[in-house]
Amino acid sequence: MAGRLAGSRAARELARRMGFMGSFRAGLSNVGGGPSLPVEICRRDAGGVSPCISSRVTARPGGEFPRGKVAFVAEMEFLAELLKERINCYRVLDDDGRTISGSSFKEVSKEMALEMYSGMVTLQTMDTIFYEAQRQGRISFYLTTIGEEAINIASAAALTMDDVVFPQYREPGILLWRGFTLQEFANQCFGNKYDYGKGRQMPIHYGSNKLNYFTVSSPIATQIPHAVGAAYSLKMEGKQACAVTYFGDGGTSEGDFHAALNFAAVMEVPVIFFCRNNGWAISTPTSEQFRSDGAVVRGQAYGIRSIRIDGNDALAVYSAVHAAREMAISESRPILIEALTYRVGHHSTSDDSTKYRPVHEIEHWRTARDPISRYRKWVQRNGWWSDENETELRKNVKKELMNAIQISERAEKPPLSELFTDVYDVPTSNLREQEALLRQTIQRHREDYPPDVPL
Amino acid sequence: MAMAARRGATANRGQLVGILRGFSSSSSVVDSWQKNKEGIAGGKPLNLFSAINQALHIALETDSRAYVFGEDVSFGGVFRCTTGLVERFGRKRVFNTPLCEQGIAGFAVGLAAMGNRAIAEIQFADYIYPAFDQIVNEAAKFRYRSGNEFNCGGDPLWSCWPWWHYHSQSPEAFFCHVPGLKPSEAKGLLLACIRDPNPVIFFEPKWLYRLAVEEVPDHDYMLPLSQAEVMREGTDITLVGWGAQLLVMEQACEIAEKEGISCELIDLKTLIPWDKEAVEVSVNKTGRLLVSHEAPVTGGFGAEIAASVVERCFLRLEAPVARVCGLDTPFPLVYEPFYLPTKNKIVDAIKATVNY
Repeated sequence: MAGRLAGSRAARELARRMGFMGSFRAGLSNVGGGPSLPVEICRRDAGGVSPCISSRVTARPGGEFPRGKVAFVAEMEFLAELLKERINCYRVLDDDGRTISGSSFKEVSKEMALEMYSGMVTLQTMDTIFYEAQRQGRISFYLTTIGEEAINIASAAALTMDDVVFPQYREPGILLWRGFTLQEFANQCFGNKYDYGKGRQMPIHYGSNKLNYFTVSSPIATQIPHAVGAAYSLKMEGKQACAVTYFGDGGTSEGDFHAALNFAAVMEVPVIFFCRNNGWAISTPTSEQFRSDGAVVRGQAYGIRSIRIDGNDALAVYSAVHAAREMAISESRPILIEALTYRVGHHSTSDDSTKYRPVHEIEHWRTARDPISRYRKWVQRNGWWSDENETELRKNVKKELMNAIQISERAEKPPLSELFTDVYDVPTSNLREQEALLRQTIQRHREDYPPDVPL
Repeated sequence: MAMAARRGATANRGQLVGILRGFSSSSSVVDSWQKNKEGIAGGKPLNLFSAINQALHIALETDSRAYVFGEDVSFGGVFRCTTGLVERFGRKRVFNTPLCEQGIAGFAVGLAAMGNRAIAEIQFADYIYPAFDQIVNEAAKFRYRSGNEFNCGGDPLWSCWPWWHYHSQSPEAFFCHVPGLKPSEAKGLLLACIRDPNPVIFFEPKWLYRLAVEEVPDHDYMLPLSQAEVMREGTDITLVGWGAQLLVMEQACEIAEKEGISCELIDLKTLIPWDKEAVEVSVNKTGRLLVSHEAPVTGGFGAEIAASVVERCFLRLEAPVARVCGLDTPFPLVYEPFYLPTKNKIVDAIKATVNY
């Protein structure tokens, strides 16, 4: 059942049906609404350990403490470390690309659907070709987004250009959606003079002020608190926009994650925290990353409305981000989305994941659980796409990429002066001095320096 | 040459050793490691990461309360330094931690404070900054602030400003021990660090993991920390460095030699405390000093060495102390050869100093 929804009240309705934790429950006083989940409690007698039993605690007259009123109880009961069941996962399409009966989702037009589909294919093709280029020694490094194309493209499609993005590094699809060209991607990977980053960082560290996509940096999770500060700015400006930040399961272990969520809740800012739970942080599986039920339950710990979704379902991602954005902006609140997925590729070109996970597991996710073929089935069943379209698209994208790589490879590097700019807004005296000394050294030893960096 | 471990007054307390991988990413050509004049004799050829691995095996074997942990150490580590440890010592002693450097450092402090040897790995030196608070405010001050009631820690440390760019940084000026990195020495120094009753940070230059190869004895041995080594004797100028930069400096010395300049090259090995006496003796002989490090020049450790030597050898100095270091910018990928203190810059500085 398709839900045709518009407006923030409708978005809330959709959110309710999608099962956002913490929406529409006026149960617990002073806690801004909590879900009506059965509370699993362990009773501990004087003697020892009793088995956990489910119960509802009857409220008694309470007392005031700094945060407000709480009900007192005579029984000593500990909240269980885990709920009886894991938090449910929202999906729209089944594994065969059919809409699940009773599912609610934000409808997409044919044009939007095709744009999303071709975005996913383009991203996958770009990854394959750039990965190969690294293997051939043409670029120094690369990391792919294979398996997470739905997360990348569908979430981007649900945002507007005014929404400010703070990526980790596995989200180039957002940039692609927003109009970053294959040539621009190639320029950054080759670090040539057209790279907006001026050759300073490794490949895949893209950024674009124009497209509201903050430049990627390697350290994990540092971008998360940035997004919160940026969201506060948007709120103060009264803009109809939010901040969105992406990170992996590993990123949720960093201190920055916790600081950011707490700040966002207290400051009441319009930010979407998008966790790509792809099962692996280099070689570390999620079982060694946390013992909570994934990332989604942590939202509630900070007073943040959250949802768990099937990250390999393009329509689910699209709908959830759309709803999250509406709530974030209209209610000025943070939202946490945990998208379950799988990192099909190795962590990067410096990694061989067959060393720590079974090949059959990787192959299963590459094929049976591939988000692109799943979405393709839905698009084709609607009569919007054909095998001929597919072949044509892949051929054209590949050609464009090969061309872009050739052009990037031949282009000059940025000039030497850019080594010293942007440390500050203008170079300081010590930098000017160092530049002068360096130029003298180069004059004396020109042959020691790469010829493709103009002086 | 093995050395008995020093035992502090509170030997029942623990040691905290931080191991930082990926100290630098210089891509210059490696000179031959085989001229190992004062190295350890015997053993079979091993590269650097294998020597480190061997040291860790020995550390865990000889102390049942030693632990190795960090991100991705279980499968052998991103640089293979922890290969085979889980299989041999089990998951309770060798384990992955969640992705959190402040957690790794804080956890290590607590573990060490309870009398264990906590060997914590930080995957790239660039990622040590979240752990800075735990290292600087906690590990380093643990013994001092408690009046030696507790320890895992030692002296107060430097505080400097942060740098960025993210797999090539050289943050040693912020910290302490930075052993030199011949494989045989790496093994001996790492074991000494692990057994030192103070928290120690051990930096390893990742680009040498495979490139540096020499013969490493199988047995358990330690090398003294804070003892500089004269790698090359000379009479005209003293060069001081540590870590991977020594390779570059050696090459520069060879070139200078051909032009009639006799260079004395000293591997400092440890930064805190550093072997001032050895450098003083050398500068008193040569009358000239050049310090070189990859880290940015301003406020880098070379500044400390220069100032100390000027204090001790002022009247003997024939020229200002030269520093050939990284630039005061973040580490720029495409400009790496321009940024680094390459051998041509060192040779130029040697000549300028000698001809002052």
